Order: sequence, then structure tokens, then C-alpha cells
Amino acid sequence: MFDLEGYGPLLLYGAKLTVYVGVLSMAIAIVLGLIGMLGKISASPVVRFLVNTYTTVIRGVPELVLILLVYYGAPTLIQDISLLLGHPVYISLNPFVSGVLTIGFIYGAFSTEVFRGAYLAVPKGQVEAARACGMSTALTFRRILLPQMMRFAIPGLGNVWMVLIKATALISVIQLPELMRSADIASRNTKKPFTFFLAASLIYLGITIISNILQQWAEKRAGRGIRKA
Amino acid sequence: MEIIIDNLPRFLNAVWVTIQITAISVLIGFCMAIPLSVVRVCARWIFSWPVYLFTFYFRGTPLLVQIFLIYYGSGQFQEQLYAIGLWNLFQSPWFCAVLSLTLNTAAYSTEIFRGGIQGVPAGEIEAARACGMSGTLLYRRIIIPRALRIAWPSYTNEVIFLLQASSLVSIITVMDITGVAGEIATRSFAFYEIYLFAAALYIVIVYGVLWVFRRIENRLNAFLHAQNA
Repeated sequence: MFDLEGYGPLLLYGAKLTVYVGVLSMAIAIVLGLIGMLGKISASPVVRFLVNTYTTVIRGVPELVLILLVYYGAPTLIQDISLLLGHPVYISLNPFVSGVLTIGFIYGAFSTEVFRGAYLAVPKGQVEAARACGMSTALTFRRILLPQMMRFAIPGLGNVWMVLIKATALISVIQLPELMRSADIASRNTKKPFTFFLAASLIYLGITIISNILQQWAEKRAGRGIRKA
Repeated sequence: MEIIIDNLPRFLNAVWVTIQITAISVLIGFCMAIPLSVVRVCARWIFSWPVYLFTFYFRGTPLLVQIFLIYYGSGQFQEQLYAIGLWNLFQSPWFCAVLSLTLNTAAYSTEIFRGGIQGVPAGEIEAARACGMSGTLLYRRIIIPRALRIAWPSYTNEVIFLLQASSLVSIITVMDITGVAGEIATRSFAFYEIYLFAAALYIVIVYGVLWVFRRIENRLNAFLHAQNA
């Protein structure tokens, strides 16, 4: 059924790669988001300034430009700097690594804002109570803040994920054979672009539907023990 | 640095292309989204479902797939399009770029305005009904203006996203900021300088648009500030 003139398996392989790239970059984005959130509430003005610059700049630049900047720009930048220092180094980035890192870095800025909102939604009294019970800052974060923040953060993180998985299509411009690139190859070889791009779009739609179901489940799970109005 | 100054006229032209494509898509998309969102909240499923499917498809798939589907996919229907005299249009990357961006933003804005319409307080609608308004008059005078105020902050985000997403049209050879940057960078090998400059251009435009939309928001909500004064 899913043969598509013999290119079905190629598309499915591409879809698998798309999900890998998506999950890995989402993991990076969540870690960066938590670090960014801690930076935004930090007492040090220098740290706050750095994090604010990160979120402001990243959210103002298109993903495509950042992907091109990292993939083509970073190696030449390193080359030029190393030349200045007298030890020329030539590197070329792997499309998978640079794609995952760039997407993770971009959506880290978005999840920073999500986590900051979630942090503000946790009542301050609970943190004070935990401190009064003798918990250290780290323990308070792990036991009190993080579980409650998650409840507020999941809808926002779900939105970030939906945008992120669609942004992975952009990595096809740096030749990573994910879903979009596979569809491109298949359509060039068969001269049936409409068929293959439609098939690819339906696979993306399927990923979106599954993510929606998972998000609802996660929201329900994170909201256990909360009285419903 | 010289390379940027030498190519400054080309970049300015590219800024104009980016703004033009975005503005046309936003305007047409807005005009489509208002009636579509009214149909979307229609109680009869036979009207609301087709709109829901449209928004679901365009929100659930990456913009890049939509652009490729329209630009390359139309090639599969060359004869049919030629027969009805539309082939010339679909041959032009500029037309396909604007068409896909318009449909994309129309889908996102429809859902945003739907949220706005559903957020109009029931009491205001009852009051309007009690004053004898119904049907189009009710929508024109009460529901749409109120829904626009509610939805404006989200709509601002959507416009910013579209502005950044317009960078994708460079992939189908439209010479916007990203397109010009890519061409100059591959010729001169000055990858990071050129892409950093392109990123800076986007940041300036994004925060400029943001400023304009905040002004409009203040105007829309002017009656709220009057009470505080």
C-alpha cells in the first residue's frame, strides 16, 4: 500500500530521521530552556543580560538564516580565527549534528520563555515553605518547583514541539536526508513532485496528530491531584 | 566588511522584496481569515468542517512542504493548468511564494480569530441582541471589533512568524534577504559576515514590525487607557 513506486521505504526512513532530529533537538531545547530560565531569574545582572540577549536575538532571526549561518558560517569563522592565530584548522560540520544543535539552540530560546512563565505561576509561598522545612535550593528545585512548573509548562512546550518538528524540514537545505529531502529526491527521480510532497505532508500531519494525543496525555498526567473546576 | 558595503544596494532591494511578499500575504491572509473564522464557529458542521480541515492541514504541515507542493507540485498538472491559462502564474516563483504564504497565514489567523470570537463575553452579545442587532450587524458592530482586540497580541506573533517564514521563499529562487545573502555568500565565501548581516537586517525589521503592531494595539485599546487617565 505504501509503496509509491518503490520510494515508500525511503520516505519512511526519512520520517524516522525527522523524528530523531526532532526528539534530540527538543531535548537540547528543554535543557537550554531550563538553564535560560535560571539565568532569567538570576540575581546577577550580567547573566540576565546575556540570557535576554540570547532570547531576543534568536527570536528575531529566521530559523533558515540561523541554520545556514551555523552550517556554512561556523566552519569558515573557525578557519579564519585559527588562521589569525597561526594554526589553520579546517573543519566541516556534519549536517545531522549542526542541524540538531541549531534547531535545539533556536527552540531553547522559546522554551526559556515557556519555563519562565511556568516558574512565575508557582506560588512563592511554596518555595519559602520548602526552604523553611530545611530543603536546599537544589532539592527545592527538584522536589517542589520542577514538578509544579511542568504542569504549567507542558502546553507551552507542546506548542514549541509542534513548531520544532515542522522546522526540521528546513534541515533538508543542508542535505540531511530527512523526510523533506527524501521526498525531494523521490520526486526528482519519478517526475511526480505533487505525489511525493503530498505524501510527505501527510506523514507530517500524522506526526502532528500523534503529538497532539501524547500532549493531552501528558497534560492529564501532570495535572494529577489538581481539583477541576 | 567591504563586501557588505559593495552589495548594500542589492540588500536594500532584498529588504523591499521581503517586506513586499510579507505585506501582500498578510493583507490577503487577513481578508481571508476574518470570513473563514466566522464560518469556522458556525454551528452547522457542513460549513465549519471544511474550514477546520483547511486550517488543520496548513497548520499541521511544514511551510516548506506547502511551498514545494505548490511550486514543484504544480508541474505535475502542467497540461491541465495550461488548458485553463494558469500555467504562467504557477511558473513564477514569486506567485507561488505569495500563494503559499497567504494560504499558510490565512490558516493560522483563522484559528487565532476563532479564539477571539469565542472569547467575546456572552453578555455583550446578549446586550447587542437586546438592542435589536442580529446577523451581520451583530458581527460587524460587536463581535468582530471585540474579537480583533482580544486576538491582536496573538495575531502580532503570527505576523512576525510569517515575516521570518518568508525567508523560505529563497529556496525557490526568490531574491529576498536570505536569497541575496546566499548568492553573495557562495560567490565570495564570506559566509558568516554575510549571514550575520542578513540576521541583523531581519532583527531590525522584526522589531520594527513589532513596534508598529504595539502602536495599533494601543489604538485598538485606547478606550481602556481613557478610564485610567
